[in-house]
Amino acid sequence: MTTAPLIEARDLTKTYVTSEPYTAVKGIDFEVRPGEAFGVLGANGAGKSSTMRMIACVSPVTSGTLRILGMDAARDGERIRARLGVVPQDDTLDTELTVRENLLIYGRYFGIPWKALRERCDQLLAFSRLEDKGSQAVSTLSGGMRRRLTIARALINQPEILLLDEPTTGLDPQARHLLWERLFQLKEDGVTLLLTTHYMDEAEQLCDRLVVMDAGKIVAEGSPADLIERHSTREVLELRFAAHERQLMIDKCAGVTERVEVLPDRLVLYTGDGESTLAAVHALGVRPAGAFVRRSTLEDVFLTLTGRSLVE
Amino acid sequence: MTTTAAVRGLTYWLFRYRRTWRGSIVISVVNPLFFMIALGLGLGKLIDDRPNPQLHGHTYAEFIVPGLLVAAVMQTAFLEAAGPVFQSTRPTGNYRSASATPLRPADIFHGHLLFWLLRAAQNAILFIAVCACFGAVDLVHATLLVPIAVLVAVAFCAPASAWAVTVDRPAKLNMMFRFVILPLYMFSGTFFPIEQLPSWLQPVAWATPLWHGIDLARGVALDTATLPLTLIHVAYLAAFTAAGIAFARRNYRRQLYV
Repeated sequence: MTTAPLIEARDLTKTYVTSEPYTAVKGIDFEVRPGEAFGVLGANGAGKSSTMRMIACVSPVTSGTLRILGMDAARDGERIRARLGVVPQDDTLDTELTVRENLLIYGRYFGIPWKALRERCDQLLAFSRLEDKGSQAVSTLSGGMRRRLTIARALINQPEILLLDEPTTGLDPQARHLLWERLFQLKEDGVTLLLTTHYMDEAEQLCDRLVVMDAGKIVAEGSPADLIERHSTREVLELRFAAHERQLMIDKCAGVTERVEVLPDRLVLYTGDGESTLAAVHALGVRPAGAFVRRSTLEDVFLTLTGRSLVE
Repeated sequence: MTTTAAVRGLTYWLFRYRRTWRGSIVISVVNPLFFMIALGLGLGKLIDDRPNPQLHGHTYAEFIVPGLLVAAVMQTAFLEAAGPVFQSTRPTGNYRSASATPLRPADIFHGHLLFWLLRAAQNAILFIAVCACFGAVDLVHATLLVPIAVLVAVAFCAPASAWAVTVDRPAKLNMMFRFVILPLYMFSGTFFPIEQLPSWLQPVAWATPLWHGIDLARGVALDTATLPLTLIHVAYLAAFTAAGIAFARRNYRRQLYV
């Protein structure tokens, strides 16, 4: 069995030609394989959305090559788009139309015959848990429902690849979990997922493999576990201090572990064993107002690679 | 392929129109009704008292019907092209969602253009029907005026949408309406022959597409049309349409594929 990549980017670059030309994506390489959930993790402005728009064939590639489903993004935009599902960051649902009409119209854009389209609408409304909302106006839906409808809409053409640009930004925890569960179901059904996010928990939950983007470049690539192993320690000790002795305590902690990050609200010590590091800190006479040992996450990977936290 | 893609784009606008058709029909009927009462019965009585060579033996109502029709069609064409195109192009607009599908920017434009064409025909038929009720136009001439009105509508929709797709602030739409569309309405021969304008203003009127539309429609309605002038009017409006479509296709591509 061959596993030719579904998406293949080589030296992919995007420059916006405005009064001040701006290069959002600076020569990135990556591959997305059939059936995997591939994530692009990065802070706002890292070039995630620009990359997604090029893959969606609505943004011309400035230089480099981008092949999707074996076709060239620059030449075969229509044929590629016919086989993609796109969940944009901006909610482009039509608030003048009902839930069902939104699906019907979108299906017609793909030229799906009316009869097949009506059946598929029923299936997708059930899939997105909106069966009883079909005749309601989109304006009456909650944020989570709208996002589920946008995903249902993106699935109308039974796409081979689903592109999701920050799918859960702005949703409450319950709505996020329901959405993740639906995306997980899609993955089980064999749909290839490509998503951008600035939430590390989302990347850990959903992605088999991911790239970390910073300032238009890919700075790391691998599975969440790989990345944590390569770019962070097993555990992390977080300390918080009272404001008046903060600086003094930070100075005392210097050198306890190989890597120490000073963040605005806390001190982060990277260690193989959090409890023994905490004991070592206590032995130095450090009295934290709060101490917390946890496992390393992608947030720590991001901090290591870029020196910044993901959500600021 | 291209035609079917444009029809798919049109489907969207027809779905939207299912929500608003009643109101739009009321406007299409009330607008000519008020004009016929005010200008045909009111002002017209005053004017028809004296013989006027400009009217070629017709009543004032018969004289203004083609002007009012073409001007009203232009106004509707601008209002339906400019605002909706601006809204559709915004980051959350329907053009954006359509761009993610196999439809190309040109298909999206053509679909919207088809909708304007249908609306213009509907609007013109209702307008003429109201005027016919006042006896200001007969059936034969009315039938001839509809295609002229549709040509004028397309000649305005195409350039208006080519411009509106690039607009960044809604205030610009109002400015265009106030400073371009309204003066055209007033000074292109809608209410009076442009020969009444100061002589230096007349060449300006000749250059406007609305005057060509009105003069074409009036010539047909009053049986004063000559072949060369008719050809010039049609060619001018066709050229405006062709240029508008070419610019729109280019601008839609540039705006939707950033």
